[in-house]
Amino acid sequence: MRIPLDWLGEYVELGAGTTGADVAAALVRVGLEEEGLHGGEVTGPLVVGRVLSTSPEPQKNGKTINWCSVDVGDANGTGEPQGIVCGAHNFDAGDLVVVVLPGAELPGGFAISARKTYGHVSAGMICAADELGLPDDGSGGIIRLAERLPGLSVTPGQDVIPLLGLDRETVEINVTPDRGYCFAIRGVAREFALSTGIGFTDPATALAAAAPAGNDSGHPVRIEDGAPLRGVVGCDRFVARVVRGVDVAAPTPAWMATRLTEAGMRPISLPVDITNYVMLGLGQPLHAYDLTTIDGPIVVRRARAGERLKTLDGQERSLFAEDLLITDGGERGLGIAGVMGGFDSEVSDSTTDLLIEGAHFDPISVARSARRHKLPSEASRRFERGVDPQLAPAAVELVVQLLVELGGGTPDGGVTDVDRTSPASPIAFDPALAPALVGMPYDEEQVAQVLADVGCTVDRASVPWTVTPASWRPDLHTGPDLVEEVARVVGYDMIPSVLPTPPGGRGLTHGQQVRRLVANVLAAQGFSEIWSAPFVSDERHEAMGWAADAARARTVRIANPLSEEQPLMRISLLSTMVDSLKRNIARGSKDVALFEQGLVVALDGPQQPAPGSPVGVHPGDELVARIRAAVPPQPRHLGLLIAGESARSGWWGAGRSADWSDAVSGIRSICEALAVPVRVTADDVAPYHPGRCAKFVLADGTFVGHAGELHPKVVQTLGLPARTVAGEIDLDVLIAVSDRPVHSRPISTMPLASSDVALVVGREIAAAAVESALREGAGPLLESIVLFDAYQGDQAGEGKRSLAYRMGFRAADRTLTTEEVNAARDAAVAAATTATGAVQRT
Amino acid sequence: MSGPNTSYDPVEVAALDPAAVEQAVDEALAAFAAATTLEELKAARTAHQGDKSALSLANREIGALPPSAKAEAGKRVGAARGRVKAALEERQAQLEADRDARILVEEAVDVTMVPGRRPLGRRHPVDLMGERVADLLVGMGWEIAEGPEVEAEWFNFDALNFDADHPARQMQDTFYIAPQDSGLVLRTHTSPVQARSLLERGVPLYVGCIGRVYRTDDLDATHMPAFHQIEGIAVDKGITMAHLKGTLDRMATELFGEGITTRLRPSFFPFTEPSAEMDLRCFVCRGTDPDCRSCSGTGWIEWGGCGMVNRNVLSACGIDPDVYTGFAFGMGIDRALQFRTGQSDMRELIEGDVRFDAQFGMEI
Repeated sequence: MRIPLDWLGEYVELGAGTTGADVAAALVRVGLEEEGLHGGEVTGPLVVGRVLSTSPEPQKNGKTINWCSVDVGDANGTGEPQGIVCGAHNFDAGDLVVVVLPGAELPGGFAISARKTYGHVSAGMICAADELGLPDDGSGGIIRLAERLPGLSVTPGQDVIPLLGLDRETVEINVTPDRGYCFAIRGVAREFALSTGIGFTDPATALAAAAPAGNDSGHPVRIEDGAPLRGVVGCDRFVARVVRGVDVAAPTPAWMATRLTEAGMRPISLPVDITNYVMLGLGQPLHAYDLTTIDGPIVVRRARAGERLKTLDGQERSLFAEDLLITDGGERGLGIAGVMGGFDSEVSDSTTDLLIEGAHFDPISVARSARRHKLPSEASRRFERGVDPQLAPAAVELVVQLLVELGGGTPDGGVTDVDRTSPASPIAFDPALAPALVGMPYDEEQVAQVLADVGCTVDRASVPWTVTPASWRPDLHTGPDLVEEVARVVGYDMIPSVLPTPPGGRGLTHGQQVRRLVANVLAAQGFSEIWSAPFVSDERHEAMGWAADAARARTVRIANPLSEEQPLMRISLLSTMVDSLKRNIARGSKDVALFEQGLVVALDGPQQPAPGSPVGVHPGDELVARIRAAVPPQPRHLGLLIAGESARSGWWGAGRSADWSDAVSGIRSICEALAVPVRVTADDVAPYHPGRCAKFVLADGTFVGHAGELHPKVVQTLGLPARTVAGEIDLDVLIAVSDRPVHSRPISTMPLASSDVALVVGREIAAAAVESALREGAGPLLESIVLFDAYQGDQAGEGKRSLAYRMGFRAADRTLTTEEVNAARDAAVAAATTATGAVQRT
Repeated sequence: MSGPNTSYDPVEVAALDPAAVEQAVDEALAAFAAATTLEELKAARTAHQGDKSALSLANREIGALPPSAKAEAGKRVGAARGRVKAALEERQAQLEADRDARILVEEAVDVTMVPGRRPLGRRHPVDLMGERVADLLVGMGWEIAEGPEVEAEWFNFDALNFDADHPARQMQDTFYIAPQDSGLVLRTHTSPVQARSLLERGVPLYVGCIGRVYRTDDLDATHMPAFHQIEGIAVDKGITMAHLKGTLDRMATELFGEGITTRLRPSFFPFTEPSAEMDLRCFVCRGTDPDCRSCSGTGWIEWGGCGMVNRNVLSACGIDPDVYTGFAFGMGIDRALQFRTGQSDMRELIEGDVRFDAQFGMEI
């Protein structure tokens, strides 16, 4: 909402010298946030000048400057002509122009001083419109006052700031959805008065007194709402008056056009401008109909199935059954109530007789229609946020007065006022609630005074008080609503700062600790933490090697995605992390290791609709449980992605390209950090290389995740670096299983006995199987086992490979004998032979 | 060396001559001094201290002397051998020290060469900022709660007193989940965790939530479709707006420095009443510079919204609003990071460029 200062000053005493910044500061204290200040940025001297001579001087840089002598009267203190260098040429000697003299400041904090340029001392500037923050006037450069202000007699040296309206300021404020009354100068004036403590006289009071009461001879209006929304009739007030013989071609007076423009609306025609002007001033949306186009009584009703209406903007619209319509005789639509008028009943050049509508519509009905038709209008914005239901007679009265005064019209004696409004509900209010909720020692007098100041009627006969809000405050329903009024008017800045004393918490949860640990462990290994937007597509799923249908069944689709190309929520972190990897590569990074912890969607059945429940009431445990159950499972995953070298090349020697083992060891390191034993087996799933994919499961078989090299086709389709490796696990599984203390075992201080064995096994045998058999066969003396060499080649034999293990044996209570160690080793080898066909190399 | 000298021929014993002994010592000392390497010293040692050296031979002769002469000769030869031994040890130590010093010089490397075989990774600064805020709340006795990002509309809106027809619900730029009756959205704020916590944990409740939220904003320097919030809710007997102010002031000071306080401005949110916007004292100029670019000279920077928990929220979550009151606040973590580090382009937060993380340490 834009508030022209001079308009505000008409409704409330601003005080001499009050600036836009002062007004904005006063308004922000009571909850109207400043969005911007417009105008008032030019400080003088900015004066009328008469060009005495011009002398074009070509310059080396190709430009031709204009060396001018300008009469600025006594404004320069000497009365001598002013020498000014100007870059423009759209003026001649004799022209009246705008001259800014040294010491002035132009918009943007541009300070003017005399300066040497192009071999002259230029003592000021001849101004163009944009330099003054004014809209272009079509002059193509320098303002020529004879054209800009035709018919106005000015003399050199005269202050031009008021002449150009440069002293006019507009404050732009943000109006929160509860404060509909502040979508008008009237409401903002009231708030300014509240903030500054000065008096305020409601302009609507006198107008309401001047407005004739409703009678039976007005244009007939019937409200026939057959389907109220939420039990609220769509229209509870309808004031209609007729003004005849209006000269619709009469010009809108400049002062009104200026105010409308400053408030952000475009002047259109006198009747439309008047209704807009009154709406901006008082807050009542209004509509002017061409009376001759209205056939019969006005009937307000819901739209019918299949009904259509061409609205003012020329659009032919299909109506919805919930739309509230203004019709004539109940048949033809004249407009969507509170949203937009109809095309056919619009005021035209030939209109002479007008019907003025000032009504009050149900905020919900208007909001839904505006939303459905994607038609937010000045009227709908106000109705949605609540218009004063008692304002219509005063607002229509002002429209009639202006049509009479400016358009030469004559009002009918007949006045329609269908009034089905109910009085505001009183609030039972214990004044002690204010100090109790705010923590400020307000006394009762103060509380009562503020409530009266914001327009409430306060009956203090007994506690709780009976407080009845003003008609323009439909947002006040409860005690806390009234407390906010007290707090904001007395001042939020008065509220003390006191730390509460919680009973003491349990610290971070295990899961929260794990997430930090995981991130730190990975960062310490060279991974950089990222987060990526979770939006993907069928195409991305296919590029990852997944069937699009199956992937889609696991997730949800966004109804209104930012891009139609990414409507799905991710089911895997890798599917969005790859974009970050590509971005890094494209920007010149070669060796990149990324990790992300984040949620993915993991629907395990058809998506169930989540039930709703109205505001302000507990839905009951059963419904809460159903709402919860309808929220798709969203496990927290951990993803790893590595390309380039994992050990870098450098002056120290050759590095090593990242391979599947880096991804596997990254995931293993997390399991080790959490002391969670995992089993690893070979797997073949997308997006991994079928021969280079490790699957991680817990001891009980619970699935944890995968790691390995990405499938060459995935790498190619997504444009990733060759041999990119990756891993992704369900971190929630690890969090759950690690949430218990590890049982400590004593550490033996007896000497370690090592024994190496080399086993030849079939190439298809997994090292994990060999190791597992060795462990089992070795028995309790085995302390450690490490695969220290793996070889496949001629010496191993066709289809075979050699695996060399170093086994460490130790007893808790004695030094082992060679015989004991050999026996344990032989038992281990025998077990491996039985289980895997391994043959010991000798 | 001092074994019986049965095969000894006393005729040849001349080395016991004092002059000869003295000469042998002089020769030994000269030879040791002349040795410039440990190898040369070893050779000199063999020559002058070995079995065949003059002094060793003389020593052997002592046994053959008559008892009357033994003492004097023994003393003389012993002293000579002692001098030779001392000289040898001294020279030995000297040459070893020389050798060690030379080797250490030879082993010197250029320690200014930057090693980088396994470069360190990094944490994302937004996550670090979130952890910092969480630690601050935990330190004040609060707990940290979590919730899903695909959320039920009821939790995201209705439970928080956003009526289906309220304009505020339309102002949230919500991502809706298909189909139309799914009843699901991408959470537009971390506030649904307020309702979840009230329902799950009951009162008294002092809980913060740090997480990712979504709005239908296209990505540019100042907007992201996904961003991060810190939410706080305290519900207890006797909670007032003064407690809200106290908590916000403490957070501001801890996160941004001594003297950084907060200011509340009246505002509107469906889930709080009274409601307030929260401004931070400008941490660049602290309200002293009318030309400050950080706060546009106002001395204050917007950080978030807050207020006293609306009675309808408490009721919806089964808490008696006549007994309990509470406050709630919500702020941007991404913004907090920007305040703390001067980071200015939001796209950097979501792009995942390793160079962005690498600017920061792992404590922020």
